[in-house]
Amino acid sequence: MAQSQDNTQEPVAGRAPLIVGGYDFRSLTEAVAVPVERKTPIGWWFFFLPSLAMLGLFGVSIGWLFWEGTGIWGLNNPVNWGFAIVNFVFWVGIGHAGTLISAILFLFRQKWRTSINRAAEAMTIFAVMCALVFPGIHVGRVWVAYWMFPLPNQMDMWPNFRSPLIWDVFAVSIYGTVSLMFWYVGLIPDLATIRDRAKTRIRKIAYGIFALGWRGSHRNWLHYERAYLMLAGLATPLVLSVHSVVSMDFATAQLPGWHTTIFPPYFVAGAIFSGFAMVMTLMLICRVLFRMEDIITMRHLENMAKIMLLTGCMVGYAYGIEMFIAWYSGNPYEQFAFANRALGPYAWAYWIMVSCNVITPQLFWFKKMRNHIGWLFISSILINIGMWFERFVIVTSSLHRDFLPANWDYYQATFWDFASLIGSFGLFFTMFCLFARFLPMVATAEVKTVLPEADPHQGEELVRVVPAGSGVEPSPQAAPAGGGGA
Amino acid sequence: MGLMTLDVPEAAAGYSHYGVLARFETAKVLYRACEAVRDAGYSKWDALTPFPVHGLEKAMGLKPSKLPFLVLATGLSGAGLGFALQSWVHIKAYPLIISGKPLFTWPAFVPVTFELGVLGAALGAVLGMFAFNKLPTYHHPLFRSENFTRVTDDGLFIAIEAWDPKYDDHDTAEFLSGLGAVEVEHVPIDDPAEDGDGGGAA
Repeated sequence: MAQSQDNTQEPVAGRAPLIVGGYDFRSLTEAVAVPVERKTPIGWWFFFLPSLAMLGLFGVSIGWLFWEGTGIWGLNNPVNWGFAIVNFVFWVGIGHAGTLISAILFLFRQKWRTSINRAAEAMTIFAVMCALVFPGIHVGRVWVAYWMFPLPNQMDMWPNFRSPLIWDVFAVSIYGTVSLMFWYVGLIPDLATIRDRAKTRIRKIAYGIFALGWRGSHRNWLHYERAYLMLAGLATPLVLSVHSVVSMDFATAQLPGWHTTIFPPYFVAGAIFSGFAMVMTLMLICRVLFRMEDIITMRHLENMAKIMLLTGCMVGYAYGIEMFIAWYSGNPYEQFAFANRALGPYAWAYWIMVSCNVITPQLFWFKKMRNHIGWLFISSILINIGMWFERFVIVTSSLHRDFLPANWDYYQATFWDFASLIGSFGLFFTMFCLFARFLPMVATAEVKTVLPEADPHQGEELVRVVPAGSGVEPSPQAAPAGGGGA
Repeated sequence: MGLMTLDVPEAAAGYSHYGVLARFETAKVLYRACEAVRDAGYSKWDALTPFPVHGLEKAMGLKPSKLPFLVLATGLSGAGLGFALQSWVHIKAYPLIISGKPLFTWPAFVPVTFELGVLGAALGAVLGMFAFNKLPTYHHPLFRSENFTRVTDDGLFIAIEAWDPKYDDHDTAEFLSGLGAVEVEHVPIDDPAEDGDGGGAA
C-alpha cells in the first residue's frame, strides 16, 4: 500500500487506515502469533525477573502481616484505613479502563478498540486480582475473611447486606468474574489460531484444550457474537456500578470529606482516567517490545490521549466542585476538611494530585503532544502517580482530622506499607509478563474484521444504492454468476 | 456421541465422507457463494471463517440467535435469588434492628440484587453460548483436513455435509468450484489411521 502512513491526519479525508503497514489476514496472524511462538526474548526477562522479585516482596510482606498483625502498618487511631484501602481503590480503578475499552467502546462501535482490547482486558483481570488481595488481608484476622461471604456457619451469623462494604464484596468479585469470562470468550478464536499453528504436540494440547475445539463455524460465530455483545452490554453498567459502590464505602460515612454525593461519578471518571494511563504505559512498552507499531498505531495512542484529556478534565471539575460545595454548604466541618486538605499537613499530597491529574493532561489539547511518544509515556506515569495520591488524599486527609481536635493524628506509612504497595505492582507485572509471553496480545480475529478486505461488500456501495430505486433486493439468481466470475 | 464430539446422524455410518470442503479467496466471494448454496436448497452446511464475516448469516439464511432469551431468564433468576437471599437473611435468619428501621429494607438490597443479576446473565451468556455451539467439541472430521488449519488464519471455507439431502459427492464439489472456490476437497468422516498426526485439536 503506497498510502500515507499517518492515520491521525485531520481532516479525515485521505487518512491512512486504522491498521497501517499493509497487513493482510496472514501477516496479521503472523505478527500476533510469532511473539507467542518464538524463543523467549532476553528483553522479556528484564521485565519478568524484577516483577517476580517484587511479587516475592509482596509474599513476604503479607506473610509478616499475617504473623504480626496490622500493627506493622502505619495505622493509628483516627486513620484506621491506610495504604490497604488506598491500594484497593487504586487497583480497582485501573481495571476500569479495560472494561471501558472492551465493553463501552464496543457498544459505541469504536473500531480502534480492537487492537488494544485484549491487553486492556488482561490488565483489568490482573488489576482486580491485586485489588482483591487488599480487603482480604486488611481485615486483620484473615482466618475469618470468609465472614465476608453469605456462607452458612456454626454461629448462625450472616453478613449485613445494608452495608456498602458487603456491596463491595459482591461488586468487585462479580466484576472480576465477569471480566474473566469476557476475556476468555474473546480469547477462544485466537487460542484456536495458536493451536492450529502449533508445531509441537504439547502446545497443540495445551492451547487446544482452552480453544475448546473452535473451528470458526459461522453458526457458532452467530451465537458467539451475540454472547459477546450481551457481555459488553452487561459489563457496561457493571463497571459503572463497581466504582460507584466502592465510592459508597466512603460516601455513606458521615466523615467530612467523604460524605459527598458527587463521589460515584467522580470515582468512575477517575477510574477510567487512571486505567487509560495504565493501558498507555503498557501499550507503549509492548508495541515496541513486540514490534506492533503498525497494529497499535499512533491513532490508537492519540485516541487514548483524548480520553485521558476528557476524564482528566472531569476529575479536575470534581476537585473544583468538591471545594465549592464545601464552602457553599456553610458547614464548618466540611469547610475545614477541604481547607485542611489543600493547606494542612497533607497539602503536599494534595498538590501532587492536582498537578499530576489536572495540569498534566491539559497538554493533550495540542496534537503535537498527543503524538509525542515520550510525553505520552511520561504523562501516563505521572497520571498514575496522581491517581494513587488522589485515593491517598481522600482516605488519609479526611480521616486524620475529624470533628474533635483531640482525635487528630498524622498517618505515616511504614516500610511494610510500601512493601505491599510495591509488591502489588509485582503481582500485576508478573501476570502481565506471563500474559504477553504465552497468549496472543492482540485480538487477531477482531482486528481482521476491521481490515478493508474483511467486508463482504467491499466496493459495492454504489451498486447497492443505485438499484434501490427499483425497490427490490439484488436478485439471488444473479449471485452465483457474479460469484463465479471472481 | 457425547458432548465432546460431533453429533453425526445415525445414518452417517453409510457415508464415505464427512462432506466437501471448499476454500474461497475473499470474503466477497464467500458471501456470494453462501447466498448461492442457500438458494440451491442445501441445509446441512456451514461457512467457516477466521473472523465473523458481517452479515453472513443473511447470506446463509440463518435465524438470529436465541441466546438473548436465555440470558434474560438467567439474569432475572440471579437478581431474584439475590433479592430473596438478602430478604431472608434480614427478615428471618439474622434479624438486626438498627435505629428502629424496618427489617425489610429493600432499597439497601438493590446493589447486591443488581450485581447478582449481572452475574446470572453473564453466566447464562457464556455457558449458553457454549451449549448452543456444542463447545467443547474436541474432535471433528474437518480437523482431518490439512488445509483446514487455515480457518484460524486466512482461510474462508464452506463445508457441505454428506447427509444433506441434496448432497452428491461429485456434483456438490463441482457446484462449489463453480462458485469460485480455489480448493475443493472431500473430507474423510473417520479414519483411525490418521489419528496420530491429523490436523486440528488434540
